[in-house]
Parts: sequence; C-alpha cells; structure tokens
Amino acid sequence: MWKTFIAVLAATVAAQLFIEAHPHFAVERLFAWNALYGFLACGALILVARALGLLLKRRDDYYDD
Amino acid sequence: MMISHPGLVLILAAAALAPLRGWPRAALALAAPLAALYFTWSMPEGRFWSMTWLDMDLVPFAVDRLSRLFAIIFALMAFGGALFALNQARRLELPAAFLYAGAAIGVVLAGDLVTVFVFWEVMAIGSTLVLWSSASPRAYAASLRYLMVHLFGGMLLFAGVAAHVLDTGSTAFAAMSIDTLAGKFILAAFLVNAAAWPLSAWLPDAYPEASWSGMVFLSAFTTKTAVYVLARGFPGTELLVYVGLAMVFYGIVYALLENDMRRILAYSIVNQVGFMVTGIGIGTEMALNGAAAHAFTHILYKALLLMSAGSVLLVTGRRKCTDLGGLYRSMPFTTACGIVGALAISSFPLTSGFVSKSMISQAAADGHLFAVWMALAAASAGVFLHAGIKFPWFVFFQKDSGLRPPEPPWNMRLAMALFSALCVGLGIFYEPFYRLLPYAVDYAPYTGWHVVAQLQLLLFSGLAFFVMLGWLRRTLTITLDLDWLYRVAFPRFALAAARAFGASLAAVRAALARGSAPLEAGARRLIGPGGTFARTWPSGSMALGMMLMLLAFLLSYYLL
Repeated sequence: MWKTFIAVLAATVAAQLFIEAHPHFAVERLFAWNALYGFLACGALILVARALGLLLKRRDDYYDD
Repeated sequence: MMISHPGLVLILAAAALAPLRGWPRAALALAAPLAALYFTWSMPEGRFWSMTWLDMDLVPFAVDRLSRLFAIIFALMAFGGALFALNQARRLELPAAFLYAGAAIGVVLAGDLVTVFVFWEVMAIGSTLVLWSSASPRAYAASLRYLMVHLFGGMLLFAGVAAHVLDTGSTAFAAMSIDTLAGKFILAAFLVNAAAWPLSAWLPDAYPEASWSGMVFLSAFTTKTAVYVLARGFPGTELLVYVGLAMVFYGIVYALLENDMRRILAYSIVNQVGFMVTGIGIGTEMALNGAAAHAFTHILYKALLLMSAGSVLLVTGRRKCTDLGGLYRSMPFTTACGIVGALAISSFPLTSGFVSKSMISQAAADGHLFAVWMALAAASAGVFLHAGIKFPWFVFFQKDSGLRPPEPPWNMRLAMALFSALCVGLGIFYEPFYRLLPYAVDYAPYTGWHVVAQLQLLLFSGLAFFVMLGWLRRTLTITLDLDWLYRVAFPRFALAAARAFGASLAAVRAALARGSAPLEAGARRLIGPGGTFARTWPSGSMALGMMLMLLAFLLSYYLL
C-alpha cells in the first residue's frame, strides 16, 4: 500500500516536468510547490486542531445532564 | 400564459402527502419534485404575479439565470432526498422536507424582500419539523435551540426589510450596501442562515440529530438559500471574503477534532459554504459563477456523503467513528458511493467539485488577491484532510469493528447511485453545466498544469493524513463550540444572577426587619394591646379631668 502510494506521489511531482506551466503567482514556479504546500498546510491544520483540542475537548456526554 | 411556481408545487405536495400511505405516497413523493424540476426548466425569465399589498409592490415569482440555477438544484435535491427517504417510517418527515424545499425555492424565486421574508420563515418551520420527526429527546432539545437561532435571524431580517422599505420606498430585492442600518440587519440575518462564523454553531448542533434521512434534506436548503441571497444582495462586499475564510478554516479544524461521523460532515458544510461566501465577497463574474456553481455541486456531493453516512446509521445504529470501521467488507456499494462523494468534495479532477471550486480560486488569482488565493489553496488541501479522507477512512476502513451490516434497501442505493453519477458526470461533462451559470463562462478547468497542481496538493495532504494519523486518533469527545455560550454559560449566568437576586432580596428583607424592630416596639407601647392609648381609665378620673377643664375655662374667662 505504502509503496504504491509513494509511487503515485512521485509520479504527480514528476508529471510537473512534462507539462507547460502557467502559474498565477511567482511562488508556483518553485519545483513541487503544490506538493510541499499541501503537506505543510495540512500539518499546520492538524497542529492547530490539536492545540484547540487540548483547550476545548470534553467528554461527549458533556451536555447530557 | 399560465406558469407554475415550482416551490408552490412542492408545498402543495407536502399537504397532500401528509395523509397518504403506501404506494400513492411513494408515487407522489417522486412525482412532485419531478414536476417541480420540469417547471424550473420550462419557466421563462421575467417577473410574474406582480401585486400590491399594503402599498408595497410584491413580485413573488421572478426568474433569472441565478434563481433558475438554485431552483433546479433544489428541485433535484428534493427528488433525490425523497427517493432516499422512501423507506423512512416517520410519516412527518417527508411532508416537512417538501414544505422546507418548497419554501427554499420560494426564496430563490422571490423578486421582493417581503416574499423573501415570508418564505424564509416557512423554511425555518419546515426544517424544524424535519428535526422533530426524528422523535428523540436529543433531537427535540436541539430543534428548540435551532428554532431560537432561526427565529432570531428572522427578527433581524424583518427589522432589516422594514428599515429598507422605509429608507428606499422600494421592496425590490437587488444588491444592497452594508453602510446603512437596514443593510447591516439584512446581512446579519443572511449570515445566520449561512452558518457564518461566529453564528455557525447551530448547524453542527442541530443537523446531526435529525434522522438518517432527515439530515440529507437539512444539509441542502438553509445554507444554500443563504448563499443565493448573499450573491444577490451583497456581491463584492469585502467583509464576506474574511467571513468566508474564517468559515473555511473553522470547519476544517472542528471537523478534524470530531468523532461523530455526521458532525464531521456538518462542520464540513460550514467549510464548503465558506468557499462560496468568499467567492461572493470577491464579487467578480468569475467569482459569482464559482460560488453559484459550487453551491450546485456541493448540494449533490454533500447529500451523497450524508446518504452514505445515513445508510451506515440506519443499518448499524451507530454514529461515532470509534464504534465504526471496516464496513467496506459488507457494504462495498455504500463505501464506493461515500468515496465518490469524498473525492467530489475534495475537488479531485473528473469530479464536480473540481470544475466548480477552482473558479473561486481563479477569481482570487485574477484579482491579484495573493493572500486569499494562498488561503483557499491551503483550505482545499484541508478539505481532503477532514472530509475527503477522514470520513471514509474512519467509517469504512480503519480498524475492523466486527460489524457486518447489510447494504441499505434498494431505494437508498438507487439514490446514492444517481447522485454519484451526477458528481462524476458534472466533473466530466461540465460544459452544459457552465452554460447554466449566471454569467458567461470563460474558463477551462482541465489544463495539464491545473490538474497536476491539484493532484499534488491533494495527494500530499493525504500523505500528511497518514503520516500524522496518530494525532488524529478518535476519542470519545466533543469539542466545545460557541453554542456553549447559550447551552451552558448563559443558563449558568442566569441561574447565578437569579440566585444572587434572591439572596439580596432576602438580605434587604432581613435588614428592614432589623431596622424596624425598635419602631415596632414603640408603636406597640403606644397603640398595641395594653399600650398607652388602649388602656382603660376609671370614669372618676374622667370626671376629674372635665372638672379641671371647666375650672380652667372659668378662670380664663374672669382673668382675661
């Protein structure tokens, strides 16, 4: 499973080399920018969720009196 | 020419459905939305049924490209939802859902603000009845909170419309400014129904308490009607960009923390409506096309996701990710449909989400809104994270929960198949769909660059999900949202205030009692029983008194 997944990931990055680029912003010219950004954005979101969870998580019968 | 209002068709069908049972009920439940769908296609553009009421010009039936697009998807949704709900034993739900759907169509076909208000309130009633038909104490309690929020929103709308009519003398529903008080009230009312943060907690509080079929209906109409009225009333309002982005990230973060499969999808509704609200805030033709298109595709794939979750709920009776998992073994069809919905919501190429959401990002890029564009890209990755992978993974895969439930009945499978086909079909044959949009479309979604960029973004968010899976493990928890304010904080505060008031009242009474004690004792001495004034005197002493007074009179007479 993991091997296939990593192969697909590599393929999407490699595909970038064979297509015509038309980026909207300069940052997209960085190689594999979208892959990097997707990974980092999700990592950041998970971290934010974890931090918020520490503050606001309660047992799920919290509202049941 | 006589034309029929598709919303009224559904509302009349709701009344007719209520007493029916058996196959006539099923036939009407399927025929009425199809008739409504036919009328939405065939109705000409224009303004009909104009009338004057209380000196106000009403146009209850106005059709243009934007309203037709929303009327079509609402009628289609009513059909798919009815097909899915045919085997629902609660007899109130389907009529309530048709009343709700008909009122939603009534809002989008309203040419004036008074008609908007009337159907707005009918929608609140219909959706509350859908919640009631679930008939659990939790759903009932949630429905009362839901109703409070929406009646409050209705009051805001009434105040706003009244002020608007007073200011401008016109009831027409057209683009408004938020610089006036009327505009602010109307915008606030629209944002309540859009579940815009911080007015969003009612949605994940109430919707997941509906029945397995009820939430399919609920997910579609209220928030998307709000998207429609925002697109018509407040296009290009910059505030909406920030409100929309707040909704997008709020939805992702809360969905990541959630354990209840349908609460994950409820937070995901807020997230998706956030994309639309952002598009309306950008306000260009491309952005408004994107927002409208995304509302259309979102209704289909969110209904599909909720149908797969509803099927799981019906056959297992469980709703928490911690109790589910491994269901793909005995429910491969439901799993496949859930995955199609998950791919569509994540905007994978060849699905409906890809051709709609990308127009909003394109509009941000065209407007050189770099920060907005970056935020939308991060949010797109986050959608795959919380809805695209998390939902199917924890419900259908993950661990083996030991459950081997059967697939749901045929009508539910057919409804899921239909909506799966639409999700993929719109993603491939997008050109006829683009022609339905409010403005002419000059956009090609399938460029090699766009497809590869999107695949990189999504697949590497998938990598992040599995790398960080340990941090996403489900726990038996909920995460406090702002409904905590009115479920816990305000009642606690009110109780404490009432106690403090009662205590201070008692203290005042005690102080008064203490202060009045000497006064009372004096009064008792004077006029109480045995007091000075109540004493009995011997009659001799009165005769003596009289004699003394006469003597004094005599003396004064002679001496003065």
